[in-house]
Amino acid sequence: MSQRLINWFKFASPASFYPLAGTLWPWFAGLASVLCAVGLWISFFVAPTDFQQGEGYRIIFIHVPASWMSMFIYCVMAFWAAIGITFNTRLSGMMSSALAPTGALFAFLSLWTGALWGKPMWGAWWVWDARLTSELILFFLYIGYIALTSAIDDPRRADKAGAIVALVGVINVPIIYFSVKWWNTLHQGASVSMTKAPTMATTMLWGMLIMALAFWMYSIAIALYRVRAIILERERHATWVAELPEMQR
Amino acid sequence: MNAFLAIVRRDLLLAARRKSEVFTALFFFMIVVSLFPLGIGPESATLRRIAPGVLWVAALLAAMLSLNRLFAADHQDGTLEQMSLSPTPLALLVSGKVLAHWLTAGLPLVLLAPVLGLQFDLSPRSLGVLMISLLLGTPVLSLVGAIGAALTLGVRGGGVLLSLLVLPLYIPALIFGAGAVEADLAGLGAGGHLSLLGALLALGVFFAPWAATAALRIALE
Amino acid sequence: MNWGSTSEFFAMGGYGFYVWGSFGVTAAALLIEALLARKRLSDTRRLLRRELAADRDNQD
Repeated sequence: MSQRLINWFKFASPASFYPLAGTLWPWFAGLASVLCAVGLWISFFVAPTDFQQGEGYRIIFIHVPASWMSMFIYCVMAFWAAIGITFNTRLSGMMSSALAPTGALFAFLSLWTGALWGKPMWGAWWVWDARLTSELILFFLYIGYIALTSAIDDPRRADKAGAIVALVGVINVPIIYFSVKWWNTLHQGASVSMTKAPTMATTMLWGMLIMALAFWMYSIAIALYRVRAIILERERHATWVAELPEMQR
Repeated sequence: MNAFLAIVRRDLLLAARRKSEVFTALFFFMIVVSLFPLGIGPESATLRRIAPGVLWVAALLAAMLSLNRLFAADHQDGTLEQMSLSPTPLALLVSGKVLAHWLTAGLPLVLLAPVLGLQFDLSPRSLGVLMISLLLGTPVLSLVGAIGAALTLGVRGGGVLLSLLVLPLYIPALIFGAGAVEADLAGLGAGGHLSLLGALLALGVFFAPWAATAALRIALE
Repeated sequence: MNWGSTSEFFAMGGYGFYVWGSFGVTAAALLIEALLARKRLSDTRRLLRRELAADRDNQD
């Protein structure tokens, strides 16, 4: 047990995480490509045409996974924030800031695909549906995190301030979702729910799950890749950086 | 507890010396609210419908105006550093500052709101609900705002950044606050909304000073 | 198999614009993000290599 603990904290040091991330990311990238290929195949060739929504419903194969990922990544960021605050590890802050752009991107993609779905289905690009509205607020939370951390010059302070924002945000997300839902029922908004298609066929569910897995693997790969750049930027004066093989011309 | 009251008293005294700041926020509130009928038209049915939202959004913006000064002066002259070293828990002192902020920035809005509500043809009962909702809601704005103010302390572009951080977190207070008035206008009881607003306030009182303190310690490092 | 021909596949039963707008933008966004991340790492590496080389020259 103690052996394992020591190992974990060993990888928490940027110097040993940098090469580890370097060996890991291609595997995750590979997994992401394979899953993506399978997911696309299911979403275009296996899943049958929806009798109500025609071919337009195929958008959910990326819309729903993108929304899931945007929420999941925010939780992961909050997790790293909590770790960073309790154990005062440098790497956790770097992981959070490596994840934030990807999370914001998925939130944006969820809104974008939501609009492209909503236009043919509801006749409007934007509907103040509880889910869409919460997603928009989540996007704002990501933007706030990114804006704050990039405005603070000292990376350690930026990490800690970002950690507080992420934690405050993650406490607020359920409250926001609940309040938006409450507001939505009060105002009799769109009654069509995106994920509750009349009959959710199993193939549809599988397609969404596999695409979600593909996005998940992609997020891990890109976060590992980005964290390497962040580590190098922050540790530029460390001796281990100077000794890296790629630094010898 | 004495230290808490001392901080509140001190901040109120300081605010009394700079009355113009309080009045600027109040006038801002008034002007923003008065702009809406000019932009939308004077039809009283429409105005009554938009009143809860307009009054609440304007109050939210007005309460945010003074946020970035919540800790700035104390940070500059080193008072904040002294506070963090004092034997009284910093969170208690922060709560005192938040209370003082609410008394100078939130409470005046609560008192002014019914007068502005008259412009929107709200009934006396709705005006009462509006006041209660603001009375419960504006402390939440001060509490959550304190976290943002502490995080952006001494950061370049702090003012805009602060609004970017804090506004999304204000949404629940806005929804329940404006919702209470709207429910009352629609003839439904405002009780549910008001109790949820109260729950938000309880949560805020409990967690926000703690988070703001953590953020202040980072800024002070 | 759902599609009789390639053009049918691209038409998406009249929803082509929406479906391909979604999938296309998603693919483009992920690709651009990956390229930006790659550029960031390689830029940092190049900068550090240059700094290290300058340090070594100073020592010589």
